[in-house]
Amino acid sequence: MALHRPISGIKSKNILLRILFILSILSILALSTACQPGEPDILPEGGNGQQTTTIENKGSDTLVNLALAWAEDYAELNPNLSISVTGGGSGTGIAAMINGTVDIANASRAMKPEEVAAAEANGFPPMEFVVARDAIAVVVHPSNPVDELTMKQVSDIYTGKITNWSEVGGEDRPIVLLSRESNSGTHVYFLENVIRLGDKNSDLLFSPDTLLMPSSEGISSEVRLNPNAIGYDGLGYVTHDQKMVAIAQDANGSYVLPSVESVNDGSYPISRPLFMYTAGEPTGQIKEYLDWILNEGQVLVLELGFVPLQ
Amino acid sequence: MAESSVTNKPRRRWTEFATEALIKVLGFSSIGIVILIFLFLLREGLPVLFEVPLGNFLGTRWYPIEDLYGILPLILGSILVTLVAIIIALPLSVATAVFVREVAPNWVREILKPMIEVMAGIPSVVLGFFGMTLIAPLILQVLGTPTGLTAFTGALILAYMALPTIVSVAEDALDSVPKSYRDASLAMGATQWQTIWRVVVPAARSGIVTAVMLGMGRAIGETMLVMMVTGNAARLPTTLDSLFRPVRTTTATIAAEMGEVAQGSTHYHVLFGLGIVLFLLTFIINLTAASTIFKKRRRGGLR
Repeated sequence: MALHRPISGIKSKNILLRILFILSILSILALSTACQPGEPDILPEGGNGQQTTTIENKGSDTLVNLALAWAEDYAELNPNLSISVTGGGSGTGIAAMINGTVDIANASRAMKPEEVAAAEANGFPPMEFVVARDAIAVVVHPSNPVDELTMKQVSDIYTGKITNWSEVGGEDRPIVLLSRESNSGTHVYFLENVIRLGDKNSDLLFSPDTLLMPSSEGISSEVRLNPNAIGYDGLGYVTHDQKMVAIAQDANGSYVLPSVESVNDGSYPISRPLFMYTAGEPTGQIKEYLDWILNEGQVLVLELGFVPLQ
Repeated sequence: MAESSVTNKPRRRWTEFATEALIKVLGFSSIGIVILIFLFLLREGLPVLFEVPLGNFLGTRWYPIEDLYGILPLILGSILVTLVAIIIALPLSVATAVFVREVAPNWVREILKPMIEVMAGIPSVVLGFFGMTLIAPLILQVLGTPTGLTAFTGALILAYMALPTIVSVAEDALDSVPKSYRDASLAMGATQWQTIWRVVVPAARSGIVTAVMLGMGRAIGETMLVMMVTGNAARLPTTLDSLFRPVRTTTATIAAEMGEVAQGSTHYHVLFGLGIVLFLLTFIINLTAASTIFKKRRRGGLR
C-alpha cells in the first residue's frame, strides 16, 4: 500500500499532463479550423464587398421555424457559412432592415410604403421575395359546436358586433377574442383582409376587448383551455388540440377548411404570401441562399405546415 | 484608526482625501445618472405633445398601428392591477410580519425568514408561467369569468410577488419598536394580542407604510408577469366587472411594442411618453415612502 501510493500519484500526474497536452493540441486545432472559414471569404471580398460569413436573418415569428429549417439545411451544404435566425415579428425584422442591422428580413406582410421610404432614405432599398405561402386558420376550443363561419361573421366577431357564440349557432357563451400583438404580421394581415374584408377604405378595428397575446403559444394554450375562446394563427402553428373552423367567402359560398390543397387551389379565403426582404439587389452568398430557398428549399415548406410556391 | 492617524498623519490625510473624493464621485454620479435617464426620457418622450393631439393622447382607445394613442386604458389598467395587488398583499404580509416577529417561537422564525427571502428571489417570468398555466385556468373555472387571463389574475400573482418585500421591511419596522413599549403594555395587564395590535403595530406604522409603498413600486413596475397573465386587452377598466376582465398595463405595452417601432416615429415617442408617466407614478410612490421614512427617523430620535 505504502509503495503503491506515490506511484499512483505519479501516474495521475502523468495523466493530467497528458490531458492538458491533448487539450492544448485540440484547442490549437479548433482555432486553426475556426480561422479557415474566414480565409476563402477574403478572396471574393474584393468582388462583392461581403466581408462576413454570417447572414443575419430576422423577423416574422410565423416564418421563424421555416427560416431556421432552411438555415440549418443550407449550413450543412455550405459549412463555411453561418446563418443566424431570430424571430420577434415582421415589424421587428423590417425595422432592423431599415436600420441596416440584418441581411435578410422575414415578413409575413408586405412592407408598407412608408417603411420602404424609410429604408430607401437610409440607403437600403428593399428587394422583395415571396418565399412561401401561408394560410391563417381560425381556431376554437375542440368542444365548441361551431364548425363553420363566413368571413363577415368572423369580422363581426372580432369587431365586437357579435359577442355571444349563440349568435353564430353555438352555445350560450361569451366570445373571448384572441389575437397576436400588433407588431405581428399576422395581426396586420388579419385586420386588413378579414376584419376589413380587404376594403382599403374601411376603418373597422379589433374590438378593445381583444386579448393581445405575446406569442403563438399564448394563443394556442388559451384556445386549448378556454371553451369561450376564438383565435387565429398560421396553419403551421395549429396543433390537433385546437379545432379549425371552415371559412366561406360569403353566405352563398362553400365552407372550406384550410389545407395545403385548399390554399394552392385558391378556395381557402384567408391565405397570404410570406416574404423575405434584402437591402438592395442581393449579391454573393445571400443571393445563392435565396436562390436555394426558392428552388431546393421549397421541399421544407411543406414539411413545416406551410404551402410551397408552385 | 485613531492610532494610525497619530503615527503617520500625512499618508492618512492623503488616503482619506482620496477615499472621500471617490465616495463623493460615486454618490454624485448615481444621482447624475438618474438625472440623465430622466432627461433622456424627456427628450424622447416630450415630442409626443407636439405630434399627438392631447385629445388623442388622453383618449380611451389604444391602437398605435392606426395612430390611436389613448393612454387612459393603460394607465388605469396599471393602477387597477397594482391597487388590487396591494389590497390583497397588505393584510397577508402584515399578518405574516407580525407572526414572524411577535408570535412565532424562535425556531419557526429561523425557518420562515429565509423562506420569505427565497420567495423574493423567484424570477417574475417563472411566476408568470405558473400563473398562465395554473392560476388562469383555475380562475376561469372557479369564478366563471369569460377568460382566466384577467386583471384579478395579474393582481393575485403580483400580490404574491410583492409579499416578500413587504414582509421583510414591515418585519424590520416591528423589530425596531423598543422592547420597553411591549414590556410597559404587558406590565399594565394587556394581553399579547392587545399589545400587538394596540401598541406594537401602531408604533411601527410608518415603517409598515414604507413597506407597502415599496411593494407598490415593485408591483407597478413589473412587466413580464402582467404581460403573461392579464390578457393585454386595452379596454377601459371603468365598469364594475373590469377586475374580472382582461387589462393591458403600461409596462406590458412598452415591453410588447418597443421592439417593433422605428426610432423617432410618433409611436416611439408615445412609448417614451408612457415611460415618463410611469416614472412620475413611481416617483410619487417613492416620495411618499421616503417622507414616511423621514418621519420615522425623527421619531426614532426621541427614543
